[in-house]
Amino acid sequence: MKTVAETAKQRWERETLEPALKKSPERAQSFTTISGRPIDRLYTQDDVEGIDYARDVANPGEFPYTRGIHPTGYRGKLWTMRQFAGFGTPEETNERYKTLLKAGGTGLSVAFDLPTLMGRDPDHELSLGEVGKCGVNVTSLADMETLFDGITLADVTTSMTINSPAAMIFAMYLVVAEKQGADWKKISGTIQNDILKEFIAQKEYIFPPRPSMRIITDIFAFCADRVPKWNTISVSGYHIREAGSTALQELAFTLRDGLEYVQWGVDAGLDVDAFVPQISFFFNAHSDFFEEIAKYRAARKLWAEAMRDRFSAKNERSWKLRFHSQTAGVSLTAQQPYNNVVRTALQALSAVLGGTNSLHTNSLDEALALPTAEAATLALRTQQIIASESGVANVVDPLGGSYFVEKLTKDMEDGALAYFEQIDRMGGMVEAIERGFPQKEIAESSYRFQQAVERHEKIIVGVNDFVQENEPPIHILYIDESAAEKQLAKLEQLKKTRNSGNVERALDALRTAARGTANLMPPILDAVRAYATVGEMCDALRQVWGEYEEVPII
Amino acid sequence: MARKLRVVIAKPGLDGHDRGAKVIARALRDAGMEVIYTGLRQTPEMVAAAALQEDADVIGLSILSGAHNHIAPQLMKLLKEKGLDDVLVVIGGIIPDLDIPKLKEIGVKGIFLPGTPMQDIIEFINTNARVRV
Repeated sequence: MKTVAETAKQRWERETLEPALKKSPERAQSFTTISGRPIDRLYTQDDVEGIDYARDVANPGEFPYTRGIHPTGYRGKLWTMRQFAGFGTPEETNERYKTLLKAGGTGLSVAFDLPTLMGRDPDHELSLGEVGKCGVNVTSLADMETLFDGITLADVTTSMTINSPAAMIFAMYLVVAEKQGADWKKISGTIQNDILKEFIAQKEYIFPPRPSMRIITDIFAFCADRVPKWNTISVSGYHIREAGSTALQELAFTLRDGLEYVQWGVDAGLDVDAFVPQISFFFNAHSDFFEEIAKYRAARKLWAEAMRDRFSAKNERSWKLRFHSQTAGVSLTAQQPYNNVVRTALQALSAVLGGTNSLHTNSLDEALALPTAEAATLALRTQQIIASESGVANVVDPLGGSYFVEKLTKDMEDGALAYFEQIDRMGGMVEAIERGFPQKEIAESSYRFQQAVERHEKIIVGVNDFVQENEPPIHILYIDESAAEKQLAKLEQLKKTRNSGNVERALDALRTAARGTANLMPPILDAVRAYATVGEMCDALRQVWGEYEEVPII
Repeated sequence: MARKLRVVIAKPGLDGHDRGAKVIARALRDAGMEVIYTGLRQTPEMVAAAALQEDADVIGLSILSGAHNHIAPQLMKLLKEKGLDDVLVVIGGIIPDLDIPKLKEIGVKGIFLPGTPMQDIIEFINTNARVRV
């Protein structure tokens, strides 16, 4: 009788592993990633049998870009070290930017405060206590002029984390550039402009999903024509992960959001290859080292294949997924905060090994407050040490070919495709969001992880193990109320000095455009030039479209 | 027999980071409490009204944005006006050390920073909330 031949791994298990396990059992019955994914003891040739190198992995710079979009990796150009900053008034933040540029920076990354992000002026009741706290307050074009005073927009690239009022803030930036004499065809930067993840996770939405999507396709069309170097959207998994998703959910929902934007652009009559190259991504660099690396590698492959096969994109630039990453804020602990430096370094290393195009490293004190200048410098130094001292930037995709990493990459891809199918069956991401599907999936994962921490199945050093009593407090940045007072005074002054007839006419024109189908960018630009405030412009649209209210899912 | 504790979990201010609020809402519910989650963007007036309407024993605020110095005093004043002084008020979130004594002084009983075990919060509420039959 013939038996099926034993594989090399099975032989090893029988001859070597089993006797070893009898002598000394393993630390746990089963091992899982931080996302709860089961992990085998050992990966070998057997695990990668179905993977075809040329088709599924390929050398860097070649389709499907699993090993990276650049043939030379970081040997040509290192990733961009782009640190996110903003606080208080535009005057204070302008000073910080000038310091950063003087220190050799070429890129800026603007953090706005909650009133700006939510389209509320400083005098709105919900802005109480929030002005200038989590970022810089920008109420009107006057603030944008101050924010970039003395900075030549033709020479820097600026990333702006703004979503619901992205069109208004972007219009302000364009008008400042115009006043400086910069050519819109030449300036470059990024607006986050990703509303789907706001409904899913970050919750800084204003308008209902459908009109929100229209603003985005209007920006795609406007930029393809008038501001061709601008990155019109940064499709973001970062916030999905911070809300408690698993690595797979972050990957799947983010990429599916990306496909949704492309579909809406195509449905609006745009040519895929005219706007997709300006779409970029933003991922979380979390703590489970190999799972994160697999996530980035799978993301590149999934995007390339979807663009080529689902949307018939012909331009290679449409196939190449470019992404920014930020280390996981949610992993930072208020306890023993110096441990956060180590966490951040490991997370940053995984992003680099996964081929990130730009990176923000969090500061050790961010579970407590916005970072001090010293903490922010240490965070930047962490990236510089990885880049200059560790040697990891000298070879392209050094983990390519690892049985474990290739298998995990494949598993991530398969898992994401299964989620795509589920969401496609619902009719798309907008429909899935309307039914609360991604929201429920994330809430479930987030609670499951918390329970695992409570049961000590997952260890957080300094929180549920290796705890230290009576820790001395560290020095943190304290933001007082002076920014709110200054911004309120400036708003009052602005309302006295601007031509209110012009403002009213511009807001009327914006309402009319919102009721129809014309591109919204021109009337928004006109309102900005008339010094209408972010709150007034958003209110005009609220009057036409209403506001979104979610059904909370717990 | 004491009735189940009624807890209003509220997310005041403009911030939308609701992971903590949702996790604690679920943990308190699993611990046998009646939990009402208000959803996002609540003003102090809305939170006080919810507490009155829901006959709450406990209000849990989740604040990460730094707006606690405005929201908490207003809420405490409104609770007093509505005769709800005996409702236990606790805050979870990012609260600088400097602000903790001020919050305690105005009557916020429990302040829970990142990393607090759910069990500690459950025990604190069980020990400090008013008991009614």
